[in-house]
Amino acid sequence: MTAADLMLALPEIFVLGMTCIIMLFGLWLPEERQGMISFVSIMTLVFAAIILLGWDDPDPAAVSFAFNATFVRDQMADVLKLSAFIVLAAILVYARQYLRVFKVAMLEYHVLSLFLLLGVMVLISAASMLTVYLGLELIALPSYALVALRRDDQRSTEAAMKYFVLGSLASGLLLYGLSMIYGVTGTLSLAQVANITAMGNNTVLVLGLIFVVIGIAFKLGVVPFHMWVPDVYHGAPAAVTALIGSLPKLAVFAMAIRLLSDGLGNMQMHWMSMLVVLATLSIVVGNLVAIAQSNLKRMLAYSTIGHMGFMLLGLLTGSDQGFSAAMFYAIVYAIMAAGAFGVMILLSQHGVEAEHLDDYKGLSKRSPWLALMMLMLMFSMAGVPVFAGFFAKWLVIQAVIDAGMIWLAILAVIFSVIGAFYYLRVVKLMYFDAPDKDDAISVPADFRAALTLNGSAQLLLGIFANILIGLCVASF
Amino acid sequence: MLNEYWPILLFLIIAAGMGAALVVIGSVLGPKRPDDEKLSAYECGFEAFEDARMKFDVRYYLVAILFIIFDLEIAFLFPWAVVLEQIGWTGFWAMMVFLGLLVVGFIYEWKKGALEW
Amino acid sequence: MSLTLAHFLALGGILFSLSVAGIFLNRKNIIILLMAIELMLLAVNMNFVAFSRFHGHLEGQVFVFFILTVAAAEAAIGLAILMVLFRNRNSINVEDMDELKG
Repeated sequence: MTAADLMLALPEIFVLGMTCIIMLFGLWLPEERQGMISFVSIMTLVFAAIILLGWDDPDPAAVSFAFNATFVRDQMADVLKLSAFIVLAAILVYARQYLRVFKVAMLEYHVLSLFLLLGVMVLISAASMLTVYLGLELIALPSYALVALRRDDQRSTEAAMKYFVLGSLASGLLLYGLSMIYGVTGTLSLAQVANITAMGNNTVLVLGLIFVVIGIAFKLGVVPFHMWVPDVYHGAPAAVTALIGSLPKLAVFAMAIRLLSDGLGNMQMHWMSMLVVLATLSIVVGNLVAIAQSNLKRMLAYSTIGHMGFMLLGLLTGSDQGFSAAMFYAIVYAIMAAGAFGVMILLSQHGVEAEHLDDYKGLSKRSPWLALMMLMLMFSMAGVPVFAGFFAKWLVIQAVIDAGMIWLAILAVIFSVIGAFYYLRVVKLMYFDAPDKDDAISVPADFRAALTLNGSAQLLLGIFANILIGLCVASF
Repeated sequence: MLNEYWPILLFLIIAAGMGAALVVIGSVLGPKRPDDEKLSAYECGFEAFEDARMKFDVRYYLVAILFIIFDLEIAFLFPWAVVLEQIGWTGFWAMMVFLGLLVVGFIYEWKKGALEW
Repeated sequence: MSLTLAHFLALGGILFSLSVAGIFLNRKNIIILLMAIELMLLAVNMNFVAFSRFHGHLEGQVFVFFILTVAAAEAAIGLAILMVLFRNRNSINVEDMDELKG
């Protein structure tokens, strides 16, 4: 371990240090000054981003390893981490009022989210199976606790239990796969694994690969390993759903790249066929079942399943084009999900979760601004042209066509049209139905600013899609 | 050959001696004022002579949970102590950082009152 | 007959299958679920230690240390969630977990 190693991981170290400081000083903060925790947490994200960008790197495309090649820093890692900072900052702004209204522990929420962020960062930069596992668990453990944060709520605790059992099962399966791969190759470093598997495959390695893919599928929540997603999204407090519905997706995407491409890239023909099945099933099931939902949280959960299916489309091509398309999809999805749950958080301000579709009736008359933001987010999720979501779908489908899988592309297009139906239903409810209630919606100024940015980002990322696409392409 | 076991024997003698000494000193010097309460059977703070299969107080779980987390550090401390000479100051400070993080967790649980009865 | 790598792997495999079966077949008690999860991680540890010995280096055993620690943290969180669940509904029966459906 040298000073250079520490410098490379400086953003992680900074986030860890700040989290500990917040945890300690938050304990002595009086009740009425708890808002400071939120402010300091957001400042932590801002400075972490500055450290990440300010770290002088002669060549941005360089790949640097640290800590005996267990930690890697490349352009993909930097872009994903930066996106994670932005998404988390937005969610923390959204959550503040919610936490106060629902009397959720302010300190614990922030400390756990920062630990989750740390896990995301470690997983994104993982270059060894050990760091993959540690990052994954550092995401999983705070998530379980976050879901159970409303301790006296039956649904919240039940969701936490389900999440815990299935999440641990997923970690166990992944770990079993990793142990097989370690057994065959005799190394934990993913780069070494790639070198050794280049010499030929064997059955044990394929067995390990199957377990690894199942583990990734569980964590992404793709069919048939999606059972936990709707229940957890539904049971978790909205401010927590926003977190676990966005940040971990970025990290699990990175994990899939690190394990399947960086480590087991030579076994592409094996994992490709598995991912095709997973992607097809999730796109079909996710989009069809979402139509039948009357609860917005469950609807968004099934929509997540569908979106993750689309993201897998990019991954399964195994080409750099596909990887960068999937990366673009993951980032855009994380931003969309944060925004959509942000609207839900804002509407839940009377101590009841605004999760029923009926709660959104006539929203345009109660708050035209909020309805417009939701409209942009829904359009983007549906993949309406010029919005960011459209380009995300366009790129993955393009990659699939270039990989010669025309039928898969046709299926993806058909189901994205079917999927558009339930997003547009939300828009119809907001604009063409009469409101059930007409109480005013009070919006804090910072919330308004963040949601405006988040909503218009869908349009801006669509119009100026080339910038982000360029970053994603340069990552591979 | 047997010489190598001399430190262990010494250790055992000192340990046994210290244990015995503390008990003896305590029983000789300590004040003795027995009453009913003190002489009744002691059962971890419960009323004695109840059904032995009663449910445990939920706070025991809390202590158990905290114990699980904090006793695991020994799994890292032991191998670290064995190779400390080879890993030098870097290894020393790495462990100090690890213990520092544990202390942060400890302060948190203390302040939250998890250790109070 | 001497013990070879295959024996240890078989043991790991059997333990792992037992734990997965335990998670899916168990319909009674959540504590048993937690135990099955622990068993699963221990089965993986068995694999890692066996492979580590087989390859003659320590990487796998280091991994085991980390798995042990994470397993402890996981058990702690699982028990904590179990406690709040029990407080809310006075039951730790798996079949009573039916609030969330759809």
